[in-house]
Amino acid sequence: MNNIKDRADLIAQAAQKMNKEVYNDSHVKKIITPRHELQRQSSKVVTLEDAIRKTGLKDGMTISFHHHFRGGDKVINLVVDKLAEMGYKDLHLASSSLIDVHEPLIEHIRNGVITKISTSGLRGKLANEISHGLMKEPVVFRSHGSRGYAIKSNELHIDVAFLGASSSDPLGNAAGFSTSENAKSICGSLGYALPDAKYADHTVILTDDLVDYPNQHNAISEADVDYVVVVDSVGDSSKISSGAIRDTKNPRDILLAKQAAKVVMNSGYFENGFSLQTGSGGASLAVTKYLRQGMIDKGIKARFALGGITSHMVKLHQEGLIDRLIDVQSFDKVAAESLMNDPKHKSVSANEYAAMLEPGSATHFLDVVILSALEVDVNFNVNVLVGSDGIIRGAIGGHPDTAADSALSVIVCPLLRGRIPCVVDEVTTLITPGSNVDVVVTEYGIAVNPNRPEIKERLVAAGLNIVDIRDLAEKARKIIGNPAPLPFGDKVVGVVLNRDGSVQDVIMNITD
Amino acid sequence: MFVPGNNPGMMQDAFIYGPDSIMLDLEDSVTMAEKDTARLLVHNALKTIDYGNTEMVVRINPLNTPYGKKDIEAVVKAGVHVIRMPKTETADEVREVEAEIERVEKEIGCLGRTQIMAAIESTLGVINAYDIAVASKRMMGIALGAEDYSANLKTQRSPEGIELLLARQTIVVAARAAGIDALDTVYSNLNDMETFRKEVELIKQLGFDGKSIINPRQIEVVNEVFAPKEKDIQKALTILAAIKEAEERGSGVIAVNGKMVDRPVVIRAQRTIDLAIASGIINKEDI
Repeated sequence: MNNIKDRADLIAQAAQKMNKEVYNDSHVKKIITPRHELQRQSSKVVTLEDAIRKTGLKDGMTISFHHHFRGGDKVINLVVDKLAEMGYKDLHLASSSLIDVHEPLIEHIRNGVITKISTSGLRGKLANEISHGLMKEPVVFRSHGSRGYAIKSNELHIDVAFLGASSSDPLGNAAGFSTSENAKSICGSLGYALPDAKYADHTVILTDDLVDYPNQHNAISEADVDYVVVVDSVGDSSKISSGAIRDTKNPRDILLAKQAAKVVMNSGYFENGFSLQTGSGGASLAVTKYLRQGMIDKGIKARFALGGITSHMVKLHQEGLIDRLIDVQSFDKVAAESLMNDPKHKSVSANEYAAMLEPGSATHFLDVVILSALEVDVNFNVNVLVGSDGIIRGAIGGHPDTAADSALSVIVCPLLRGRIPCVVDEVTTLITPGSNVDVVVTEYGIAVNPNRPEIKERLVAAGLNIVDIRDLAEKARKIIGNPAPLPFGDKVVGVVLNRDGSVQDVIMNITD
Repeated sequence: MFVPGNNPGMMQDAFIYGPDSIMLDLEDSVTMAEKDTARLLVHNALKTIDYGNTEMVVRINPLNTPYGKKDIEAVVKAGVHVIRMPKTETADEVREVEAEIERVEKEIGCLGRTQIMAAIESTLGVINAYDIAVASKRMMGIALGAEDYSANLKTQRSPEGIELLLARQTIVVAARAAGIDALDTVYSNLNDMETFRKEVELIKQLGFDGKSIINPRQIEVVNEVFAPKEKDIQKALTILAAIKEAEERGSGVIAVNGKMVDRPVVIRAQRTIDLAIASGIINKEDI
């Protein structure tokens, strides 16, 4: 029994018992190609058209996208144009969000290529058309955390995910940045694309920088990728900080930001090891600047900053004021580059970021979130999706997720935007329920939810101008008067889901 | 803070930033075609917007234009606190405006309500600064308008402002002699906060009571420069407490820490406390 021949019978018996074949090396052929040549190829690398065919995509199926390039995104239009050209119909488009640049979808909706949409938000002409009743089926709106969880739980089943990446190797190890010399684009975190990559039946990576194997550090793993398509451009990185993200010089935004920073500093949560997040919108982003001085003056350091990460956050991190950055979405190029270079700056998937039912979601560990709003009402309900003209012009984003999970949610919202009152009797569309909103900061005073008397007490003690939210609504009415009721029709154009999956509100079509 | 009188949004918002004084402008920021509309807007803004305790000033057009008298009538009737005269060169001009204000005030039965501030924007105005400052009991301040003045000097403004030195000092001296306020000119480069801060420091050192601004972002810098330091506030509080005690004792001589306190010291202490209250560093009730 000392050599393998002697053990042949026993090997055969063991194989039979385990229902396996006996090893036979006669068909083994060693590949002797130099490996650096193989690092550049894979059968996964195909054209877009081939990728679409090979996934087995059929009419009526669900396709998905991410919006990490925001105003600079080129993937959605490119892919949907191709699908239209190939004759597809009746597709369900499930994007993490849609913005102005996706206006060409209007024609695809008219032509029946896209008949259903799920998204976090809509902007621009597409939003305008949909608000006027362009689609037969209402658009389904989910928060980022809610979308991540819906994909994981298969409530939102994705047949084929088309995900843009700034680099990928031929096997599909993909990232939102590239360390190669040929880097063409950068968007940073691919957080919203990660549930899609992991749970979609088929995943296609589109990249404008095909790099040698192995691409590292990659957000998306080759294990989740079926095809890799090389395109001229996945996105214009200069536009990732446009849209909702502005670095403000507007004096009113600065005033709001300063007041919000004072609220945070006197809230009782401003202590060593606290965690914070700021939403999009000039004022809420600018809060970071003013918190910074408070942190330096009082010697306070944060454990982490979460969410859309901005260059301001990166600066605080580099100064040692914030230990870690948890990044579901990089709000500008500086943040995207920091993610690429800094091991303490980590990316996180949408469901690990903000899903209600995911115990490890980062939002569950969040102390303070500062968010903006289109409208707040006297019951502290917030609307960030539908304008006061009844037209969809925003995105739910992580608003309801972070407001609900944080220990303190602060909304910054001007009382008036031009002739539009932003503190109203009832929001046009309910996005974040008032029970999760703690403080509302306006230029005419700060309102505290009656559920949080201890916060009110602390802010009054700090000498801040605390007012009743009903007085703010009254003040707006005094200055502007009562706006005429909106001319809503009787068709439902949008359905807003709560983060627990229940239906929370519907959006009616607007008539001119 | 200067606010164009033809911009309803800005007029409505101005006070939320907490300037000490808002100047709604009917003069240079309003084109000829919009003079009537702006006057109407300013009139209604003064009547309807709640500006809290902010001092409300309106810069009118000169009386030698077709708009000046109409401006005075509209804003006095709306209850403006101060009328700012542009390009003031002589005491007579002040008296003309005063007469016009009196006419309107008599008509509506509130004689003596409106004060006057004169902007000095020419070499002649600087020469006549004291006469202008004392031309009317209604005069509450004189201000430098540096753009026109520099042009009149045949020079242009420099970052250091050396060309304005004589005018600035003349205006402060005239204002002090007349017992009214001296206010400095605007600084219009919003992207250079550092030079702005230096200018505010300079004019504070020269003795000005305040700085005209064109954007809310400049308020913080002015407040920071003008805000008294903690040490000075404590010293001033001690002096004022000693005076109160001396008054209660009926004593005329006051000493703090063994040093005699004379009148200028008391005036300076009171001024420090007033500034500290205005800057929000201390509360009136705490004194």
